[in-house]
Amino acid sequence: MANWKPLEQMTYLGKRYPRLDGLAKVTGAAKYTYDVNLPGLLYGALLSSPHPAAVIKNIDASAAQALPGVKAVLTDIHPTGTVRYVGEEVAAVAAVSPEIARDALELIKVDYEVLKFAADIDTAMQSEAPRVFFEQPNIRDPRKGGKGDIEAGFKQAAVVVESDYRTQVQTHNSLEVHGCVAKWEGENLIVWDSTQGVHPIREGIAKFLNLPQSNVRVICEYMGGGFGSKLQSSRYNGIAARLAKAANAPVKLMLTRPQDSMTAGNRPNLIAHVKLGATRDGKVVAFQSKTYGTAGIGSNAGSALPIAYDIPNTQTEHYDVYTNAGPARAFRAPGCPQASFVMEQVMDEMAEKLNMNPLDFRLLNDTNETRKKEWKLGAEKFGWAKRAPKPNADPGPFKRGMGLGAAIWWPGGRGTKSQLTILPDGGIEIRCGTQDLGTATRTIVAAVVAEELGVPIESVKALIGDTNYPYSGGSGGSTTAPSVAPAIKNATEKGKDKLLDLAAAHLGIAKTDLMIANGKVSAQSNAAKSLNWKQLCALLGTAPLEVQGEWVEGLSSAGVAGCQFAEVEVDTETGLVKVLRVLAVQDCGLVLNRLTAESQVNGAVIQGISYALLEDRLIDPVTGIPLNTTFENYKVLGALEMPKIDVIIYDEPARGVIGIGEPPTVPTAATIANAVYHAIGKRVREIPMTPDRVLAALST
Amino acid sequence: MSDEPIKSKKFSRRAFLKVSGGGAVGAAVLPSLVKTTPVRADGAEVFKGAATIQLKVNGKARSVEVEPRTTLLSALRHQLEVTGCKEVCDRGECGACTVLMNGKTVLACMTLALDAAGKEITTVEGLAVDGKLDPVQQAFIDKDALMCGFCTPGFVMSVRALLNKNPHPTEAEVRQAVAGNTCRCGTYGRVFEAALAATKATNGKRG
Ligand code: FES
Ligand code: FES
Repeated sequence: MANWKPLEQMTYLGKRYPRLDGLAKVTGAAKYTYDVNLPGLLYGALLSSPHPAAVIKNIDASAAQALPGVKAVLTDIHPTGTVRYVGEEVAAVAAVSPEIARDALELIKVDYEVLKFAADIDTAMQSEAPRVFFEQPNIRDPRKGGKGDIEAGFKQAAVVVESDYRTQVQTHNSLEVHGCVAKWEGENLIVWDSTQGVHPIREGIAKFLNLPQSNVRVICEYMGGGFGSKLQSSRYNGIAARLAKAANAPVKLMLTRPQDSMTAGNRPNLIAHVKLGATRDGKVVAFQSKTYGTAGIGSNAGSALPIAYDIPNTQTEHYDVYTNAGPARAFRAPGCPQASFVMEQVMDEMAEKLNMNPLDFRLLNDTNETRKKEWKLGAEKFGWAKRAPKPNADPGPFKRGMGLGAAIWWPGGRGTKSQLTILPDGGIEIRCGTQDLGTATRTIVAAVVAEELGVPIESVKALIGDTNYPYSGGSGGSTTAPSVAPAIKNATEKGKDKLLDLAAAHLGIAKTDLMIANGKVSAQSNAAKSLNWKQLCALLGTAPLEVQGEWVEGLSSAGVAGCQFAEVEVDTETGLVKVLRVLAVQDCGLVLNRLTAESQVNGAVIQGISYALLEDRLIDPVTGIPLNTTFENYKVLGALEMPKIDVIIYDEPARGVIGIGEPPTVPTAATIANAVYHAIGKRVREIPMTPDRVLAALST
Repeated sequence: MSDEPIKSKKFSRRAFLKVSGGGAVGAAVLPSLVKTTPVRADGAEVFKGAATIQLKVNGKARSVEVEPRTTLLSALRHQLEVTGCKEVCDRGECGACTVLMNGKTVLACMTLALDAAGKEITTVEGLAVDGKLDPVQQAFIDKDALMCGFCTPGFVMSVRALLNKNPHPTEAEVRQAVAGNTCRCGTYGRVFEAALAATKATNGKRG
């Protein structure tokens, strides 16, 4: 089975080195989908439904069609003719400027037959509520899970905690909105898309347009964030292609910021009733949950309860609830931050009832060996021992508290292919149809090649983000690094082997005696017998060396553990929660780039704090209109609120490569919530923990 | 507002923007523009004329054809292919379109192209001198103060503007300077580090 060399022998992997495309990004040279400009490019725009539920009776686009500068208008883009949420696409235009495209939208007259709706989960769950889908009730059949014997489990339990928690809907708000540029070349379609998966998007577009996949090429060289929302093709892709066909010109169709918020995904909320049972000596023996969540008109609003803890007897029951709101999409660790928010708090409630320190209670019940070590390491670095034994210990109005929570994530790597090309002049190209979400994928692709060939990373040209390159899946589930790195190493090993054959023949030395390092190949027995990189590649003659690689066993693993600690300060007069510091301990097996891995953990923690304190997609239940679809009123954490964040990457190189994008966002909100409780002695049972909710908790 | 070009019965936010932006430069340019055309369903007349103006972008004079409502961001991105300034919210909420105008930060999405005529515009593309990066740019790379990078040009410009007027800021001052910049990937801590590192290498102003 393939394996990596020991960490101490590595030049790049496990070390800190800047990302390769930093230069392009700080100089503006990086071209994102939004920046793609082509000769004759037209600008598309979408007309959104203002109604949460309505039948489209008629669309009169004649005035838009007649507006000078308008090149295409589509009035048949809605698949069923019945819109089910505000923001749904109703008509589309393409014009010579974005300004004229917007003018054209204002000229389109749509007659709607307005229907009754239920845009928020509380309304939708009422028995008399209007149905989102006429043919079925809003509350869907439950999904049940569990193991062991729940009744016997609770019988064993001497102490039981039962409580309710709620989380909100969160919108992704990637800085680059969803969108694409579509260009036809005869029967072939090229799409530049802001996507997390060029290959999956190609499949989706081809299916939608009924084209052979071989006629569609998808390109995404740079993309401005996705967080799970850009894993699938969207209606706008097909619409852009149709507009481009109708206008006989390339079309750029980017959603507006509000459209992105309303239509392009969100993290479902969770309404949870949970029950936890433990023995007198602190062993958790039973867990039961009944949860509701809405994915809008979509599905899979469930949670990963009981998440990080392996409890012998569990029973979970989850109900998806349809609402007249945009469908959810995967969002960084789907189902996990919400589950963690519930689970870590009910664990703390139990610890308090048992009169145990939350850390000791975790150590007693956590079955993950890695995390057990991380708990201890983190507690020591954080200064957990200084934590006041009882909550609400500060006498003044500003109260400080400490909390903790566990991180977990499951997926690992899977089939990815690659191609290494070594050119006779020494050039090195590696091709892989993956993409870089800001996770430094391009950089680690080059690093693996550089590591294997003993050359500087700058000499490796990493070509990614194009369906013309060998297959790799979508970048979701933190699967990219463990999928891609093995495939890159595999191709490079094969290429190296061929180069060594050439060198051995040329130098008249046994291949086993040769080693490649520091830009040259040399005999271990006789250092004078060597070739530098250029001389070595010149042996190729005129034809480049091309080798294919694929994902192989042994270089990656699945499943990670982590834990977080936070200290907060609560102003009990205003209810404002300030996060003072967070410590995240996170393993990801073999670290490919410590600098960029830390950046990902930073980002995950920041999104977690933002989720805990600020973010909340609001829909007016009376009108069904989303109220905060822009950055002005959908608050995300900014520079002024940023706490000190410390990151410890916990090395387990023997396990190979594992992803790190998602797990560190799992426990942050829960960790902060536990810290808030410790500060004020009252549980805030719903996120975001806004001042009004904190004050309400304080007054109970 | 005597040469008010828009005879609107109603002001939409955009229409209002077109009026309120008609400052000194606008006043000089607007009368030469062509007549108004009613184009909106609600009967509001929207100025549809276009005029050619000169923008000085990164030291070069460039001609662009703009309508009164054309933003500096639109002119830069769509006509001049200066795409380092990003369009994220198009309404002054995120800082991704931050550029320097006569040395001061402005949001290109909230600045009318007409108002930028004749002024020195510096974008992230214009910071490197003779192929040598601005120390701010170099520090962003070294400290990994970027992930997807979509917010990065805006942060770089905000930090550059800060260092131009305050070469040795505290971290608190850096935070204030980038308080109008949003990063969804979460690069803030490293932006602060990069800004402070750049102060050590800074040699003079840029932009
Ligand atoms: S695009 Fe100008 S501030 Fe957001
Ligand atoms: S780096 Fe992605 S938004 Fe800032």
